Amino acid sequence: MTGGPAADAIAAVFRSEFGRAVAILARVLGDVSDAEDAVQDAYAQALRRWPETGVPDNPAGWIVTVARNRAIDRLRRERALDERRAELTRRATERLMTDPLFDSTDEIPDERLRLIFTCCHPALNREAQVALTLRLVGGLEVREIARALLSSEDAVAQRLVRAKRKLRVAAVPLRVPAGDELPSRLAAVLAVVYLVFNEGYAATSGPDLLRDDVAGEAVRLGKVLVELMPDESEAAGLLGLMLMQHARRQARTAADGSLVLLEQQDRGLWDTAAIGEGIALTERALRLRRPPGPYAIEAAIAAVHAEAPAWDDTDWRQLAALYRELHAVSPSPVVELNRAVAVAMADGPAAGLAMLDRLEDSPELASSHLLHAARADLLRRSGRADEAADAYRVAVGLATNDAERAFLSGRLAETTR
Amino acid sequence: MRYMLMIYTAPGTWEGMSEEERNSTMGEYYDYTDSLENAGILRAGAPLESVDTATTVRVRDGERLTTDGPFAETREVLGGYYVIEVDTLDEALDHAARIPGARHGSVEVRPVVQVPARQ
Repeated sequence: MTGGPAADAIAAVFRSEFGRAVAILARVLGDVSDAEDAVQDAYAQALRRWPETGVPDNPAGWIVTVARNRAIDRLRRERALDERRAELTRRATERLMTDPLFDSTDEIPDERLRLIFTCCHPALNREAQVALTLRLVGGLEVREIARALLSSEDAVAQRLVRAKRKLRVAAVPLRVPAGDELPSRLAAVLAVVYLVFNEGYAATSGPDLLRDDVAGEAVRLGKVLVELMPDESEAAGLLGLMLMQHARRQARTAADGSLVLLEQQDRGLWDTAAIGEGIALTERALRLRRPPGPYAIEAAIAAVHAEAPAWDDTDWRQLAALYRELHAVSPSPVVELNRAVAVAMADGPAAGLAMLDRLEDSPELASSHLLHAARADLLRRSGRADEAADAYRVAVGLATNDAERAFLSGRLAETTR
Repeated sequence: MRYMLMIYTAPGTWEGMSEEERNSTMGEYYDYTDSLENAGILRAGAPLESVDTATTVRVRDGERLTTDGPFAETREVLGGYYVIEVDTLDEALDHAARIPGARHGSVEVRPVVQVPARQ
């Protein structure tokens, strides 16, 4: 090994430029799989060359140039092997040699938005959208995606192969939807990013409550979206929301890995820079669209918590109003539950319990620990210890995450003491 | 009057065949297709790509719902088909969403295999 960059450093550079390079190649080649192969070839070459030459001054230009040359090589080999496709491969080769997208390697045009919308096309199911976005836009390896999604490498690899085949066979275009089509297509893109974030932020199963690198990846994708669509309120809202939630990660788990609720968190551990950025994005999201969409409202909710110097100083009335607004644009029993908790904080536990009673029959909440945990907490605050203990027992039985189960068991023990 | 002839086979039937059986089946299809063509009654007909390449569109209250995959509800069976030639899936989905049946049923959009001419 010389003094050049290590494999880790090369991987990091590639990951940050991967989506941009795949997007350009896909634009010219008309196929994301071929583009991915070409960029992967360039990566293999970088792993051989960069340890000696060092990372080039303009890594994006280097990657695109090498990927383009590798794609031309591949097409020539293919042409020699398959005469029937000679005309197709000849035309593709010509585009690779002459396309104006390659005019300057100093300023690579950003075609990632098309790629993102294609990865999140409604013709693909949500799991395929998530895997494809992490692979092609995020530049994650199959094993990294498998770890992020708590899935097997085989399952992720198969999902990717199937999705890419469908994009090719069904001729899904690389385009940014316009007009009436944009809002629902953008919602799918944002849902994919937020799903990745939540996989990292609150793992739905398994021992680790937080997986920072996965949540960090979602934040990175969110930043790309805001950069590419600066006037989209919901993109700004989603990034603001993620930044403010992510800012609390140090305070959210104790040294032993157990969950620390917002109420008990040491607010000194919050990342104030990320919160400042999140609040600015939330203000921007609220300016860009009236009435605001669901992500902007959720960001505003996160901002109310972020701005409170202590739990007791939280503006509960403001929160209850925001949950009401959120319920109007995106109705859900979970939102109602959160509103009940805010009302209980503002007006006392009895008011909150009355609201929770109305959610009793919700099928969405029936199998979740959330309603029972909230109910248990309000009963405890009302001094109704026996009823609180019963509710905590049900909640413990329904919790799926080890850290949440441990927290609820602890509360149960305190209540029955 | 025209008729559409839908061919249903168990998944994996084609893949389960030997090379020889496939060739003989293809021969039978070519012969059958030729017979329709010679009789002057063939208007449109082609094998479809496998069901994992399908996309389903519904329109409810004027809003389009697009989902991955076939509409796998046993009560609904294929009721008719159009073959259109457009460049991309998005255009095909736009046309599919305008079919009246999309408002109460579903339209499955599937790419058609281009069968090479018999050598």
